[in-house]
Amino acid sequence: MEFGLLQVWEGGWVGAILRGAAVTIAVGVASMIFGLIIGTICGLIKWRAVFGLSHLVDFYTSVIRGVPELLIIYLLFFGSVEFVTKIATVFGFAELADAGYAFFITVAAISAISGAYSTEVIRGALAAIPKGHIEAAVALGLPSRRIFARIIAPQMLRIAFPGINNVWQTTIKDTALVSVVGLQELMRTAFIGAGSTHNPLIFYSIAALVYLMITLISQVGFNKVEAVLSPRKGA
Amino acid sequence: MELIQLAVPVLLKGLWMTLSLTAISVAIGFNLGLGLAIMRGSDKAWVSGFARYYSIAFRGTPLLVQIFLIYYGLGQIRFIHDIPALWWVISEGSRCAVLALALNTAAYTSEILRGGLVAVPAGLVEAAKACGMSRVMRFRRIEFPLAIRQALPAYGNELVLMVKGTSLASTITVLEITGYAKRLMSQTFAIFEVFAIAGVLYLALNLILIGLIRTVECRLMRHTRSASKSLPALALPTA
Repeated sequence: MEFGLLQVWEGGWVGAILRGAAVTIAVGVASMIFGLIIGTICGLIKWRAVFGLSHLVDFYTSVIRGVPELLIIYLLFFGSVEFVTKIATVFGFAELADAGYAFFITVAAISAISGAYSTEVIRGALAAIPKGHIEAAVALGLPSRRIFARIIAPQMLRIAFPGINNVWQTTIKDTALVSVVGLQELMRTAFIGAGSTHNPLIFYSIAALVYLMITLISQVGFNKVEAVLSPRKGA
Repeated sequence: MELIQLAVPVLLKGLWMTLSLTAISVAIGFNLGLGLAIMRGSDKAWVSGFARYYSIAFRGTPLLVQIFLIYYGLGQIRFIHDIPALWWVISEGSRCAVLALALNTAAYTSEILRGGLVAVPAGLVEAAKACGMSRVMRFRRIEFPLAIRQALPAYGNELVLMVKGTSLASTITVLEITGYAKRLMSQTFAIFEVFAIAGVLYLALNLILIGLIRTVECRLMRHTRSASKSLPALALPTA
């Protein structure tokens, strides 16, 4: 077991791992943003109990939350690969599609997953807003757009924030799953490194440490924002 | 139709594997998690510190990394080859998956149970002490029963996450539902149909699990229910 870190350094793997970590963070952030957009729309639909649509949202969230993430990724990836290649070849940008495709489908899959969890968090936060606040705003004659911007959205954000933090933590860990379909993120880089140097122990340990750093640092950031959002005591 | 005849028996075979992986790792993980939750409350800094850092490490890294680290990584350490029991665990995919899943769920379980233990009213524990109960009896009769009632709904969620987590075993050659589903997808190209059948199996499994947890919860909480039911009956004669 004469490995080591030296081998990782000399093989130029440090740069590869950092690039992988950057892709992981990019996928995580992009999926989280799309997930929050999905979650806000679906959460509002569920909260308002929009006829028909709210059942559709119920179906979406129960399926995504009840079926393994890996299976969803397989569905989206294998299900679309042929279709997308065909379209790309017709329009003559096959090579371009190859490069961007894995990233695109990954973000789509992870967004769908984090969107389902965000929906539940945001619906819960909306339900926790005191009814009287909204009634008061209606009584004042505020237009509904301003009720949302001034009354609903700020309270929703504050109440939902700890839950959104949880969703972010799961989302960043879920991005590791897309390594199985070939996107060169952190986990995939570790896999390739482990295979080509016959040193899985060190590569997966490094990957674990980098993930831990991402989750811990983002946790600190989230806690700071949460402290700002929460109402000051005694004010 | 032909596809269903082909896919259903295969996926049902996988269901058995998924069930065994879940059951064994939950059984081990719950006990480990309970131990860790108790350690968290210890006065000794290194004991509670170990439990805290364990939980941070396992909850802060993806399950897939943990599975790969155990399956591919541990075999590299020489002395593991020399210990037959350890080598037995490491040498096969499904046993590695169980080990990783158990260690992973232990971290989450410890957080859930600790929440329950912290919520036990201090007065009850003091009363038990005043009655002269030993530490073990206090835990068995007072703290644990109250904590588990508090923790049960959250633990139900963790069980669902565990069922879903077993799907990662397919990445280390274990053929459970997801493993067979992936194989069927590449053989038949009926991607959506295979997904739908496998998805229904997982959903059914999770619904049954949630139902079971609700039943247990109902049984454990029957004091609250019978109280509200029997109140009017008790009130009637006096009225």
